Amino acid sequence: MIKNIICVSCPMGCPISVEIDDGTGEVVNVTGNTCPRGKAYAITECTAPVRMLTSTVKVKGGRTAMVPVKTSAPIPKGMMFDIMKEINSVEVSSPVKLGQVIIENVLNTGADIIATNDD
Amino acid sequence: MLNYDLAVIGGGPAGMAAALEAKENGVEKIIILERAAVLGGILEQCIHAGFGLHYFKEELSGPEYAHRFIELVEKTDIDVKVDTMVLTIEDNNIITATNNTDGLIQIKAKAIILAMGCRERPRGAINIAGSRCSGIMTAGTAQKYVNIDGYMPGHKIVILGSGDIGLIMARRMSLEGAKVQMVCELQPYSNGLTRNIVQCLDDMGIPLKLSCTVVAAHGKERLEGVTIADVDERLCPIPGTEKFVECDTLLLSIGLIPENELTRMAGISLDRITNGAVVDEYRQTEREGIFACGNVLQVHDLVDYVTIESKLAGKGAAKYIKGESFGGDYVETKGTDGVRYIVPQKINRDTDCDVNLYFRVGSVYKGAKLVVKCGDNVIMTKKRPRMCPSEMETVTIKKDIISSLPDGEALTVSVEE
Repeated sequence: MIKNIICVSCPMGCPISVEIDDGTGEVVNVTGNTCPRGKAYAITECTAPVRMLTSTVKVKGGRTAMVPVKTSAPIPKGMMFDIMKEINSVEVSSPVKLGQVIIENVLNTGADIIATNDD
Repeated sequence: MLNYDLAVIGGGPAGMAAALEAKENGVEKIIILERAAVLGGILEQCIHAGFGLHYFKEELSGPEYAHRFIELVEKTDIDVKVDTMVLTIEDNNIITATNNTDGLIQIKAKAIILAMGCRERPRGAINIAGSRCSGIMTAGTAQKYVNIDGYMPGHKIVILGSGDIGLIMARRMSLEGAKVQMVCELQPYSNGLTRNIVQCLDDMGIPLKLSCTVVAAHGKERLEGVTIADVDERLCPIPGTEKFVECDTLLLSIGLIPENELTRMAGISLDRITNGAVVDEYRQTEREGIFACGNVLQVHDLVDYVTIESKLAGKGAAKYIKGESFGGDYVETKGTDGVRYIVPQKINRDTDCDVNLYFRVGSVYKGAKLVVKCGDNVIMTKKRPRMCPSEMETVTIKKDIISSLPDGEALTVSVEE
């Protein structure tokens, strides 16, 4: 299988083709990259893509209705929507401090959901 | 009347960085005047990550980036007035402002830094035909509804314009359960950063339609759909390509306008391309003692660059207050052949610093060169593998070169293919 992706390691935005072995799921060949960073990005992106997830959590008695949150580490791309459900199921009370853990080890990803502002 | 050495109008990333830098350079009495209830500016609602990679060498969300500067401001004796709207700047640097606690206040400052930021181009700027139904708003308005107020302004979305805020909102609305039908972009290229195309559209399976625009909005009380059409090379809709797309919300991400009402009122001339003031290398406008920085001066891609620019303005204001000035003999800068504008528009010939020229190109270039010239004399050429209008470019000119430039010739930057 060939996967076509655009590299985001720098503003160049190289179009990279990644050849993946259909049996093993392993990357056999990477073409289109102009630097080693592109190759590394392409391999991660095609084998175990991760993303930082940011969202908001309801806050009672705060300055605003919502407090912004993020994952403390990148999480598997495929889990974004499941983690969104977790985030949307909680509510916190003011005061919230920047860096405060809102959900610990969310869905066993090893990442916490932490507040990114005071409220 | 309140007396200050420096008054900074706007408490977003530009205003805070400028005030802090001025403080660090020995300015004593500083006040920041902010229209919103808190410092931080638009970063408050930009909850996504990607800020600070250049300036702090780590990835922060908008509120986190703002928080670092808010904490620094709080540690100083810089006065801050929030919920305060500046109404006028008069000839003798007297600022008139108003708020709920002080009523009408007047502030006299030796120097003023304009850091009012920018606002989004609204629907009226592009004349979309159709009714005035609800459900049509700028991407930034939707961002405030979702991220600050906590409610979804719609469920089936079309986004017009591929500016970064539009792309960010495409992902945000999708994550919150909305169906984003498509992003339409008038130009044949995207106006957002590549990483946003990949991580906001590709990740969410949202199609990006280039050379495509919205020609009509349908619906009586609430938006029910839009008509999209392909456009030709002159960006005019091609008859026969119209299609109806069902949606209850149309988000506009069609550009930003620097908020220069006060600048204009102060009689400061603006650059026709940037819509910001004409400034020198320390971001001093043509009115001595009035500086401008951040998105009110030129729309930046990254807040990191706003911070860097604003520190220059803060330093410049400090120099002005201390009475250190340059001879007033300027070298003008000019973008030609593919370079749309340059900030700063002029440089003091006897400046004491190397000067970064910031500019944007007019279309997408691959494998082109940037050529810096003075008259026919080529000062430097720089290879650029890829340039596009959505990514700001910069070249550095050494101060020795600036002082050695011949009189009467402008410094030009152009693209050579």
